[in-house]
Amino acid sequence: MSAGSGNRNTEPWGSFDDNLIQGGSAVIDMENMDDTSGSSFEDMGEMHQRMKEEEEVTAEAAATEDDATDDGEFLGMKGLKGQLGRQVADEVWQAGKRQASRAFNLYANIDILRPYFDVEPVQVRSRLIESMIPVRMITFPQKIAGELYGPLMLVFTLVAILLHGMKTSGTVIREGTLMGTAIGTCFGYWLGVSSFIYFLAYLVNAQITMLQMLSLLGYGLFGHCVVLLVTYNIHFHFLFYVLWLLIGGLSTLRMVAALLSRTVGQTPRLLLCGTLSLLHMTFLLYLHFNYHKIVEGLLDSLEGPNMVPMQRVARDVPELTLNATWRNPEVLQVH
Amino acid sequence: MAAAEDSRPFAGLSDVSISEDIPVEGDISVPVGSSRRDDELSTLDEPVKETILRDLRAVGKKFVHVLYPKRSSALLRDWDLWGPLLLCVTLALLLQGGAADSDNQGGPQFAEVFVIIWFGSIIITLNSKLLGGTISFFQSLCVLGYCIMPLTVAMAVCRLVLLGVTGSVGFAVRLAVVTVSFGWSTFASTAFLTDSQPPNRKALVVYPVFLFYFVISWMVLTFSPSQ
Repeated sequence: MSAGSGNRNTEPWGSFDDNLIQGGSAVIDMENMDDTSGSSFEDMGEMHQRMKEEEEVTAEAAATEDDATDDGEFLGMKGLKGQLGRQVADEVWQAGKRQASRAFNLYANIDILRPYFDVEPVQVRSRLIESMIPVRMITFPQKIAGELYGPLMLVFTLVAILLHGMKTSGTVIREGTLMGTAIGTCFGYWLGVSSFIYFLAYLVNAQITMLQMLSLLGYGLFGHCVVLLVTYNIHFHFLFYVLWLLIGGLSTLRMVAALLSRTVGQTPRLLLCGTLSLLHMTFLLYLHFNYHKIVEGLLDSLEGPNMVPMQRVARDVPELTLNATWRNPEVLQVH
Repeated sequence: MAAAEDSRPFAGLSDVSISEDIPVEGDISVPVGSSRRDDELSTLDEPVKETILRDLRAVGKKFVHVLYPKRSSALLRDWDLWGPLLLCVTLALLLQGGAADSDNQGGPQFAEVFVIIWFGSIIITLNSKLLGGTISFFQSLCVLGYCIMPLTVAMAVCRLVLLGVTGSVGFAVRLAVVTVSFGWSTFASTAFLTDSQPPNRKALVVYPVFLFYFVISWMVLTFSPSQ
């Protein structure tokens, strides 16, 4: 009900406006995390910013009011005019500062990301293990943890493992650097494929948010890390294929089951889960074969002369080199 | 303090009333403020050599703190970024001249090392702040930068070893040196960083630091000079 004056605080029972503007608190309502509006970052930022501004404005108004009454009485007429000029300049400065800090705080406020990093080590460990265990319940939406610490650390671990693989195989990168390529590949995959699958999910009306997709795919990279760590050091192709199917397959199944539980309809399910499985499994294949060409000279220098002959499998050598050795058979004698 | 000492002689006159037509006005200046202003002016006037020496001494003191990492707050209280910059440039210069064939990229370029160290430090700092750490941004950068010192020393040692001993013995020596300095760096930085974290989340902060120094150690270990 509106009272006579426009002042918000005159209602004896506390007006609605009061609660709306000062309704935000330091505790962030996790219920809002699961909505599919996709604009939670900006919403939270705006709310936070409006709260701060209200406080600032009331604090400034109180401060300038006190100053004005004190100085005006004391200095007399001349004091009042000087006071007015000073007040105007002050207010212009404050307004400008508020504009700049509002823009800065909205986008550079790391407090927006704080709730996504609120995890315990035990939780991270259990989520890592769970990412390899597919859950068979697909009639009811499965719970997907919305955190970013685990996925981010897994992407960085993948970068480190990729670097290790590239270095030991003497990969030639023609444009760009080793580090740049590794970071670009891993982050590009995580962010790009998450966005693409989220876009497809949006098209087929699946119940998943961007944060959950990022988290799901990030934890799915745990399988990739394990497989690559093993196969960059033990160079058996057969072992790689077995691990690719087993571990890659398990982590893909986990992601697929989570998505299936949140999608309705046969064709959308097929589209979404087929795309994800294809991309995820192909990425592992790509990482193994593109960044780990076995170069004989480098292996010699790192692992010493006593190498198992099986390591130098003829089918790893590209056809070009084979032709070269046939043309110059004396090269074979040197090795 | 001066006002208190002045008021004691008048303590006995506290019951004396002052007539209303005498205006009481004036300024009360706090003497402490003015002396600080004098200090700032004096550092501006001092010779450049003194300023540089003072900064160098501060950097040197922090190096000693990294060498013997015990729980002291000296590294955190007066943070500076001169030391990290010096170490970063030294490490990047030492990593130059890697095996540079016409096709192979060879060792990391100067800019690559620079970017890895600074962006890695920034990301670890952001991560520790997001996990609820009480350390400030630049304090964390300072600690991470100073703790690269063991790895820089290891790089210098590796280059010397590569000049002399080659083959698997040389590789074993380099591996040992780099592993020890990697452990030292990680231990030194966690001694400073984990104090500011909530106790049950120390592992979450240590892991990215471990990864960061692992990548740098890997760059140091796989460095091979051009023939």
